[in-house]
Amino acid sequence: MNLLRSILIRIAYAVALLIAVIVLNFTMMYLAPGDVADTIAQASGGADPEVMEAIRREYGLDQPFIIQLGTYVGKVLQLDLGYSFFYNQPVMQLMLDRLPATLLLVLTAQIVALIVGVLLGVISARNPNGISSHFVTLFALFGYSAPVFWTGILLLIAFSLLVPLFPVAGMRDVTLEDPSFFTQVVDVLHHLVLPAFTLASIFLALYSRLCRAAMLEVLGSDYIRTAKAKGLSDRQIVYKHGLKNALSPVVTLAGLQFSAVVSGAVLVETVFSWPGLGTLALQAIIARDTPVILGILFFSALVVIMVNLITDLVLRTIDPRIRTGSA
Amino acid sequence: MPLLSVQNLRVELKTRDGIFPVIDDVSFTLDEGENLAIVGESGCGKSMTALALMGLVPHPVGRLAAGQILFADEDLAQANETRMRSLRGNEISMIFQEPMTSLNPVYTVGEQIAEVLRRHQGLGDKAAWAQAVDLLDAVGIPNARTRAEAYPHQMSGGQRQRVMIAIALACRPKILIADEPTTALDVTVQAQIFDLLHELREQTGTAMILITHDMGVVAEMAERMIVMYAGRRVEDGPVADVIATPRHPYTRGLISCVPHLTETLTDERPQLTEIPGIVPSLKTFGQDNCLFAERCAHASDQCQSGRPQDVVMGTQRVACWHAETIA
Amino acid sequence: MSDQTQPAERASSPLAETVQMFLKNHAAVVALVVLTCIVIGAVVGPFVYPNDPFDMVWAPFSPPGEEGYIFGTDYLGRDLAAMIVHGAQVSLTIGLAAAFMSVFIGITIGALAGFYRGWVEEVLMRFTEFFQVLPTLLFSMVIVALFGASLVTVTIAIGAVSWTAVARITRAEFLRIRELEYVMASRSAGAGNLKLMFGVILPNAAPPIIVQAALMVGTAILFEAGLSFLGLTDPNVVSWGQIIGSNRQYILDAQWTVTIPGLAIFVTVLAISLVGDGLNDALNPKLRQR
Repeated sequence: MNLLRSILIRIAYAVALLIAVIVLNFTMMYLAPGDVADTIAQASGGADPEVMEAIRREYGLDQPFIIQLGTYVGKVLQLDLGYSFFYNQPVMQLMLDRLPATLLLVLTAQIVALIVGVLLGVISARNPNGISSHFVTLFALFGYSAPVFWTGILLLIAFSLLVPLFPVAGMRDVTLEDPSFFTQVVDVLHHLVLPAFTLASIFLALYSRLCRAAMLEVLGSDYIRTAKAKGLSDRQIVYKHGLKNALSPVVTLAGLQFSAVVSGAVLVETVFSWPGLGTLALQAIIARDTPVILGILFFSALVVIMVNLITDLVLRTIDPRIRTGSA
Repeated sequence: MPLLSVQNLRVELKTRDGIFPVIDDVSFTLDEGENLAIVGESGCGKSMTALALMGLVPHPVGRLAAGQILFADEDLAQANETRMRSLRGNEISMIFQEPMTSLNPVYTVGEQIAEVLRRHQGLGDKAAWAQAVDLLDAVGIPNARTRAEAYPHQMSGGQRQRVMIAIALACRPKILIADEPTTALDVTVQAQIFDLLHELREQTGTAMILITHDMGVVAEMAERMIVMYAGRRVEDGPVADVIATPRHPYTRGLISCVPHLTETLTDERPQLTEIPGIVPSLKTFGQDNCLFAERCAHASDQCQSGRPQDVVMGTQRVACWHAETIA
Repeated sequence: MSDQTQPAERASSPLAETVQMFLKNHAAVVALVVLTCIVIGAVVGPFVYPNDPFDMVWAPFSPPGEEGYIFGTDYLGRDLAAMIVHGAQVSLTIGLAAAFMSVFIGITIGALAGFYRGWVEEVLMRFTEFFQVLPTLLFSMVIVALFGASLVTVTIAIGAVSWTAVARITRAEFLRIRELEYVMASRSAGAGNLKLMFGVILPNAAPPIIVQAALMVGTAILFEAGLSFLGLTDPNVVSWGQIIGSNRQYILDAQWTVTIPGLAIFVTVLAISLVGDGLNDALNPKLRQR
């Protein structure tokens, strides 16, 4: 009961946030020099002022700001994101074509970063002066300080060019003839390895370092002493009693970082020519295709907000203190 | 034959200034169903004694250097970790001082009790849970069936300590070690907890080692007592006898600090005698002289000549060079 | 024992203690030295390489070491070393300026929220959450695309979206410190709100904010590198990310043109991170984790 209510509140809040994003985007577009009419005029090699006026009237660009804003928000909420002149498709269609690739990349990267990061954190917490601990520290420094696109290029050079283990670009092998579903899946996964790992590297570093710190703190607490006094096995003490407590801060951080994962995806997609929203964004920006740019901002915010909601739910499951509202 | 026989126990701690014996040649016995109190100020080694019995001496820093811990016929000092794990929570249990932090915040109290039953008695989930509810009831938690699904943060300090007791006694251990179980609780709750312990022990026949600095509690609860100072046993004997005729100067000091123990009320209020000086630091432990001498009114050159030998006086044993001369 | 013995020698000032603590961290000290060298290189470099870095000087794709061009040339025959040196100025300047901007915004918002509480805090925190949700790079890309790509717009684009971490930390510190006694004392001595916020609380909140500010410079440099890698930067200026971006297609023939500029970014940001960590340990010794 309580749970349902708080979920509904979170969703309402998320929707409000989304609308705020839409408003902000539109406002930015509105304030910027140049508009759709200019784009169309440019695309058709120039136009005289009357034609531009006509275009403007047709697209409602002569209306006051509030009305334009209202119209836009209304359309978006009906899932009409406008039309792209550059690609000659409804923007929504374009988004849906590209969204799965980006989702695949960011979700894989985040999950890999979390799982491997947590494991590394646990192992290095149990051996605070061992090799794994030093590795975590070093890896954390590297992962955080190296520009992600550079890491991607280095990995490309190493594992695609020097040692041709992985494909150089793209999501699929277009030369495959009539591949079965299974073959397609394997093909995509094969292409996914380098980009996902590149993107994960930044966050893996962060999560493992935090997990190690959290585990060290948890393992020194009184309830772990109680668990030992109960005669429980090592595995039960570390994983059942220890890790469950240490996970909270790590999952919280993962939630906070997700928008950074999406940002990083833009760069990674560019390096690996991954056909997602990131590469689309760059093209749209260069082509000044306003509706597409707005659409991408909307969708990326949407994805982040939804993942944050899920993260919140996960946190509630892990830590009962959040559920009942006491810290 | 006593249930537990500790012989010449020596536990060393590694510090920056060297290795020192936090427990220095301590011997005592515990019979079945008996209630033994270990008394002393903070830092005298009493908690460490408890940890040593459980095999929980903190690992790299501390070490069980010498001595035997005979439990039935087995020397626990030589037992391996697997063997100790099967004993902890099962035949020898412990409850700790800080009930607020000794329970794992992310599991229900019912689960934390059931866990011990599953581990040591091989009960299935349902059976373990049912018995956990019964145990909660036995320790005086009202509405046990509902409360079993509560989390520790939803309970008061006194209730949490009751849960700890339920966990400790779940497998009907032969020995229960209680390390300052009520120090962190309100006075009224203290009395309740001790009553509970008393009642449960009558039912289960568990022997208890009560560690405390509070002479009042000793007088109420224990049958025999050991007084520790600077890692050594300075006096032991039946509680009534030791309180009536304390032989060691330190014991005298301790008892005179709690005037209501000794005499009937009179109009004349006795002076509270203070023991001058402070508790010695770990660095001074283990020396070959009487460690209490510098605070003792009866000190002489002999006290520096060597470690005081045991003197038997009636039912009591005293480790003091001047035991017989101090009336 | 009744003489007053001399009190123990007074400990050195907090600043001296902090410096001492910092110096014990060898990694941080080395990093600081490296960082200083990089800064000196950025300042002095253009005098060593006075020509326009966009000039063609030699055959394209010359590997490092040939003909005295220590880093070789890129696909247009430009001197990579010259580009890196000139690029250092741009990357560092934008990094510092953008970091400054975001720290400024972050402190203002965090201080107001943490001090005034109530609805002010609610509104500001919602505002902060909003910016946290936006993928910052995408957003900056859009700003640069819309308002043109110059050093100024890039700086603003980065600074306007990266302030949330500073705001959070500032607010947390303000929440903590405002309850402390010396704040109450100042208030009862008649200090006004502004003075309290910036004269009393902020100086005490400084340590974690300083650390975050230092780390922000590194973040801003990475951010700028990302934008210039994508080509969204002032086309008349060289910057490290831009070198990588424009040479990306040629990694088969000229790996050094991407690895070396990337190394420059990496070393700079790494040095900043280590100095930041060192500052953290020196300023907050209680929080140090073994």
